[in-house]
This record gives sequence, structure tokens and C-alpha cells, in this order.
Amino acid sequence: MSTTTHYKEWFEIRPQGLFCVPGQFYIDPVYPVDKAVITNAHSDHARSGHQLVYATKETVEIMQLRYGLDCAQYLHILPFHQMQTIKDIDIYFLPAGHILGSAQCVLQSENHRVIISGDYKRVKDPTCLSFIPQPCDLFITEATFGLPIFNHPSIEVELNKLLESVKSFPDRCHLVGAYALGKCQRVIKTLRLMGYAEPIYLHGALVKISKYYEAQGITLGDLRLASELTREQSAGKIIMCPPSALHDRWTRRFADPIVANASGWMQIRARAKQQLIDLPLIISDHADWQELINTIKEINPKEVWVTHGLADALVYYMNQQGYKTSALTLISVEEGAQS
Amino acid sequence: MKAFAALLDKLYFTYSHLEKIETLKHFFANTPDPERGYTVAVIAGLINFQFFKRALIVELAAEKVDPYLLDLSYGYVGDLAETIALLWPGQITVVSPLPPLNQIILDVSLLTKNEILTYLHDLLNLCNEVERWALIKLGLGNLRIGVSARFIKIALAEFGRKDVQDIERIWHGLTPPFIELFAWLENKGPIPDVSKSLFFHPVMLSHPIDENELSKIGPELFSVERKFDGIRVQLVSSGIGKKLYTRTGDDISGSFPDVIAAIDKPVVLDGELVIYKNNKILSFNELQQRFNRKNPAKKLIEELPGFVILYDILIDGTEDVRQYSFLERRAILESWFAKHKSANMMLSEILPFNPNHSIHNLREQVIAEKDVAVEGLMIKKKDSPYIAGRPMGHWYKWKRDPLVVDAVLMYAQRGTGKRSSFYSDYTFGLWSGDELLPIGKAYFGFTDEELKQLDHWIRTNTVNRVGPVREVKNELVFEVAFDSVNLSTRHKSGYALRFPRISRIRWDKPGKEADQLTVLSSFLTT
Repeated sequence: MSTTTHYKEWFEIRPQGLFCVPGQFYIDPVYPVDKAVITNAHSDHARSGHQLVYATKETVEIMQLRYGLDCAQYLHILPFHQMQTIKDIDIYFLPAGHILGSAQCVLQSENHRVIISGDYKRVKDPTCLSFIPQPCDLFITEATFGLPIFNHPSIEVELNKLLESVKSFPDRCHLVGAYALGKCQRVIKTLRLMGYAEPIYLHGALVKISKYYEAQGITLGDLRLASELTREQSAGKIIMCPPSALHDRWTRRFADPIVANASGWMQIRARAKQQLIDLPLIISDHADWQELINTIKEINPKEVWVTHGLADALVYYMNQQGYKTSALTLISVEEGAQS
Repeated sequence: MKAFAALLDKLYFTYSHLEKIETLKHFFANTPDPERGYTVAVIAGLINFQFFKRALIVELAAEKVDPYLLDLSYGYVGDLAETIALLWPGQITVVSPLPPLNQIILDVSLLTKNEILTYLHDLLNLCNEVERWALIKLGLGNLRIGVSARFIKIALAEFGRKDVQDIERIWHGLTPPFIELFAWLENKGPIPDVSKSLFFHPVMLSHPIDENELSKIGPELFSVERKFDGIRVQLVSSGIGKKLYTRTGDDISGSFPDVIAAIDKPVVLDGELVIYKNNKILSFNELQQRFNRKNPAKKLIEELPGFVILYDILIDGTEDVRQYSFLERRAILESWFAKHKSANMMLSEILPFNPNHSIHNLREQVIAEKDVAVEGLMIKKKDSPYIAGRPMGHWYKWKRDPLVVDAVLMYAQRGTGKRSSFYSDYTFGLWSGDELLPIGKAYFGFTDEELKQLDHWIRTNTVNRVGPVREVKNELVFEVAFDSVNLSTRHKSGYALRFPRISRIRWDKPGKEADQLTVLSSFLTT
């Protein structure tokens, strides 16, 4: 029984997050709920403790890796493109190009289609499926980097800076901060594709997810544990760690580290300086300003809602361009939570 | 320009002082005159353009970027140069020839306003993002690369293996591009002679005193004066001219022609600038009115005459007396004053400090005078020479306790520079019935840790957003300290606080229990 209501009546903003009325489920809720549809496994979208979770196979498996096998009462794997009826509405997932398993959530009735983008990017990423644009009535887009100052250079340009620096300072090690899920593996995979064949050393917190990526057929080359390196051996090496460990006591064991950080926020000097970064690498798994605009234009929906991030500028600009756009403010979501 | 931009970028992302010094030394050794000298001038904040400044830069950006998007972006980035550098459409990896820094400085200072717009526009199109950032910084002035004017002198001293005090002594007599200075630093010439020029001499500053140091203050070692609430000035007369400088070396001679008219023989005097009329020092507000006029009318000068309270002498005739002790200099100052005194000067009175008058008594006595222009005591060591900067253990200030109110946080805005992305600029208000009326803004008085807590509180208690400004729930109370309060027609509340700062965050106090606006009237001094 498909709903006959207008798509504008499908949604409610609740403290737990965005609620789909005809389906009686939440999308990426931040507190435990009965029914949740989860678009990716990053912790600001995927929490443990729900009764029933719908997610892609990879998202489910990564959640289990991180939170344990019993992270939800029931985990329902919904493969990409496969339609599922939940109460009065049909849903399916489309790839979002953000990280392995990341999805856009499509909600559909006989008369309307709504797409919730989840986190996404449009540049090619060798570690996940690319974003698939599909026509719809309402497109709910993220806007983590929703300001015209965000213009992400290509990842190869940024990683070239790292490789040049490694060449120029053979006596020092390079510590590269990268988010444990997605960013880390994308950086390693791209370095491999650029021809860097040396062993890459990992902080313990990055090992589990990297192994999971490899098990999914995403080869990452020679990976070793950073903890096995002596000070002398660490010279000239690339060591990956979570951004939070860049200035940890842990780093004292290495040879005069050059501190790099791979993040979209590195575009802003003061952010890099606040984190005492020597070598900022502007690498993001989110769409930049131009990608956000191009995606909306390509999809050309009747209406756009902007959520997750810096909505004001995008709402202003898209309306100016003739796209009916408004901000959807979720109480629980703050700008700049993580990238 | 390329070398200049690369240097700024390198210094920005260098965190250790030693490494910064090394970077600068390397730059001085490998960059020809006059480019290196102009670079020093830019870093020291000595280059100001008539047209190439903030307003023109915003005008330039408006050609390329929607003003609303520029505003939102600037609010987010917290640095105008960087915002425009990021917004300027252009390829990031273009390799192009750029004129040297000295050429750009020369061009910009010779062109008309409209010509500069075109010139900069073309130049920005040739720049990569880092160069755009550096070029716009050149016009904005405030570099924010973690290198102060003092630091650049230390780097110059290290580069030439010279004493930094020698550089300090001649610094204000030198002009960019510092050819003679570099010649001396590289042992290719003598130390530059500045005796024939008219310039500012770095002043000696005091430390706030604490309980521990107070216990060591006795009449045998220390001398005590009133601390005046005016503007610290230096009067310089050198035979080739006369100048009045602020304590940071800004030339304010134009605003106070009446003050420098009074001296003629070569001398350098240190004192406090106030407005003095009918045997009474007027409030800082009145001084502000004079200060803001670059060319005051005769009527305004008569109405609000400038006046200097003298407390030190640096050069007497041709003799540099800075090496003498405070007591010796005081004697020289007194005899100078006896010979040259004029109607708009007086000596700062040395207060009777002896075993019968404790330092605490003196402070109480001075505060009891209820003079609007006195804000506490100055305590000076009798045998101290005049040392540029803020040396430890020589001069102390002991101000009267600040006034405080409990105000409610109303609006917050992101900070700039180091505090980019943090909500660090606060507007607070007092209750007038059920309504809160803003009484001021403050952006310091809290620790970095408290800043993080405040930032978090603001993000989770926002009720409205207007552009970059967040309106928050009327629930967080700040104890706000300030030096005085004046009536003001510019604020809806009718009051303006002087030097407000956050003295405590009252996490415990409900917003409703903050102070009423009426308490301010009891603090009014005039």
C-alpha cells in the first residue's frame, strides 16, 4: 500500500533526526530508535542501539566491526538498487561515492520520488562506487562544504605534495592524519595507483577497517604496523594515523615527523595552524561547492532541501539560479562535525 | 613577489621560533636589495598605502564575488585576504612571472585609485592562491604570520651577529628598504647614523603588580606616582622638527599642534597626554574627541586643550640620558622643566612614600581623590635605567579594582586569525524589565579551554542566525569587568563601557538573575 500523500508531508524533524512518516523510520538518527535507515557507516550517521536497521551490506558489516555484532537488534541488508517496501513507502539505495558502502536513500510512491543524498562526492574514488544521479521531485542534499571558498584540488595534486616532501626530507618521517574509515584507504589506494610501492605504516586504529577494505577486493599493497618501526627505520617512511593521534605521545618514537593532515578543512589556513599541521593536504570525501551546484543542476529536482553543514550560502545561490531551495535544520547536526 | 609570498607561507606554517629565525636568515642571505628590505618593512608593518587598503580590496572582490557570499565566506574563514584568495576564480597551478615586491610597492603607491583596481586585478589573475593571499595581505597590513616587529629585529640581529639593542636604538630613525642597515649587518658599512633625524624612541612599559611583588615594594627602593588615564605620549624635538608620538610610535602631531608648540630645544620627553581645563583633567571621552580629529579647528583646541603630564626624559639637548637611574633622570627632568616650562605641561607629582605611608595607604588615598583621570599607582624602581620594552622588575602599575556587572550573553560571532571558526566575539546585555539591552562586546578574558566550552555552548544553544551572527538563549551569564562607564547615544541601552572584558563565566547563575541596566547609572563618573 503506497502512500498517496504529497512528498512534503513525508517528513518530520524530530530530536532523533529526520523522520519519514509513511515509512515510520528515521534516516541516520543520532539516538536509538525502532526503525533506522542508515546511509553510511561514519559515526555521525551510524549509531548503535537501534531495533531495526536498513543499510547496504558494507555499511552493516562496518557497523558490526566497529560496534560489535549486536550493534542493532535486526540488521537488514538492502543491496544497491533493490526496492524494499517499508510500511507505506518504497525505498532503495543508490551509490553516493562517499566511502565504501555509502548510499543515497531514494523514497518513492506512485506519484513522487525523493532522494536523500547522504554524504557524497562526485570525483572518482577507487575505493567505492561512484555517485549515480537520478531524477526526483525533492533532492535533500548535504552541504558540509557549502561555501564558495571550498574548491578541492584533485587528490593527485595533493598527494604529490606529500611525495615531494618525502623526497626532500629523507631523514624525517611523514605522519599523515586521515579518518580511519574511508579517507585512510582512499589515500593509500591513490598513492598505490600513483606508483608509490614502498610499505605504508599504520597506527593500530587504522588496521581493522583497512583489512576489511582489502577483504572486499580493494588491494592496498604492503601495509605494516607503525609500532614495529624504530626511530631510525621511520626516516623516509609514510605513517598513517587518525588525526587525533598526530600530536599524541605516540609520535615521539618517530624521526622528527613532518605532520600532514588529509582533510577538506585543510583548505582553511587557520584550521591547519590550530592543529599544528606542517603539510596540509586538501583531501575530502564530500562534494565541494562546485560539485554541490553541479549535482543539483544535473538532477534538476522540483525542490531542494539543504542539510548537514553550511546551508546558508547554497540556499541563497541556488535560489538565485532559479532552483527552489530551502534549509532543513536538524537540531542534532552541527556544522563541521567531521569530514 | 614570488619569494615574498613563499616566505609568508613558510612562516605561517612554522611553529618553532628557532625555525622561523632560520627561515628569515636564509631569506635575508638569498634575496637582493631592495626586495629584502621592503619585505622587512612589510613584516614590521611599516608599509601603508593611500588607496590599497581594506575598502579597495572589498571593492575589487565585489567584481568577482557576490557580496553576500563574500560575507558568509569571510565570517567562516576569519581572514579577508585568505577568503578572497580562495574565492578569486583562477587556476591554482599557473606558473607566471610576477614583479618583485619592491616594484609592486612602488607601482601601487604611484597609481590612482582606479588604476590600482585594474593593476591588482591583472596581478591577481597571474597569482596562485598563496600569492593572492600574500598580495592582498600587503594591502590589509595585518599579516598574522606569527612574526612581530620585535621578532624581525631579533632575526636581523641574528643574521648580522649584532646586538638587538643596537638595532632597537636606531630602528625608528631608519627607513625602508634599509640598504645601510643591511650593509652594516653584512659588515660592508658602518652602523647607520640616525643622530640627524627626527624619530620615535621605543618606550619603557610597566607590569601589573601581584601580591607577591607588592610585599617587596618599600620606600628605600621605589618611587610612586599617580597613574593617569590618558594617552601615553613621547614628545620629540630634534632641531630639524618636532613630533608627538603614541607609545607605539604613531605620529599624532597633527591632532595636537598645541602640545608640540610648547617645545623648541632638542629634547625627548615621556608623559601622559590629557585634556586639562580650569585646573581639572577631563575624562578620557573628551580626550577621544580630540584624538579623532586629524586637523582640529582652533575652536576645538580652545575648548579641549591638550596637556602633558611629564614623568620622564630620554634625551636632554644632545645627551642621551637613558642610561642614568630613574632618580637622576627625574632631577634632569625637573631642571629642564624649571627652564622650559609652558602652560600646557606639568610634572607628575612624586607621592610621599615613606614608612608612615604604606603602598596600600597611598593607593586608597589616590582612589579617594575620585579623580576621573587617575586610575591607580605607578611604582618605579629608583635605580632603573630607561629600558625599551617591558623589562621585568622595574616599573609596576597598580590599578584600582575594575567595576563589574553580571551580564547575559546575547550574540556570538566567530573570531578571526588564530580563533577562526571559534565563536569568540560576544555581545552581552543587561535587563531592562523583561528585555535585554546590549551594553558591550568583548573577546578576551577567558582561557583557550573556556573558549572551547563557550563555543560548544553557543553552538548548542543557538536560537537564531543572522548571517555570521548567532543569537543564543538568554541563559549564560558573564561577569564583565570594565574600567568605567559613560553615557552614550550610540547604544540603545544608553551606556558605553570602557575596556570591557570577561572576568568570569558564571555557568552557575541563571540568566534571569543577571543585573538590571539601572546598576550602570551608579557607576557613572561624570
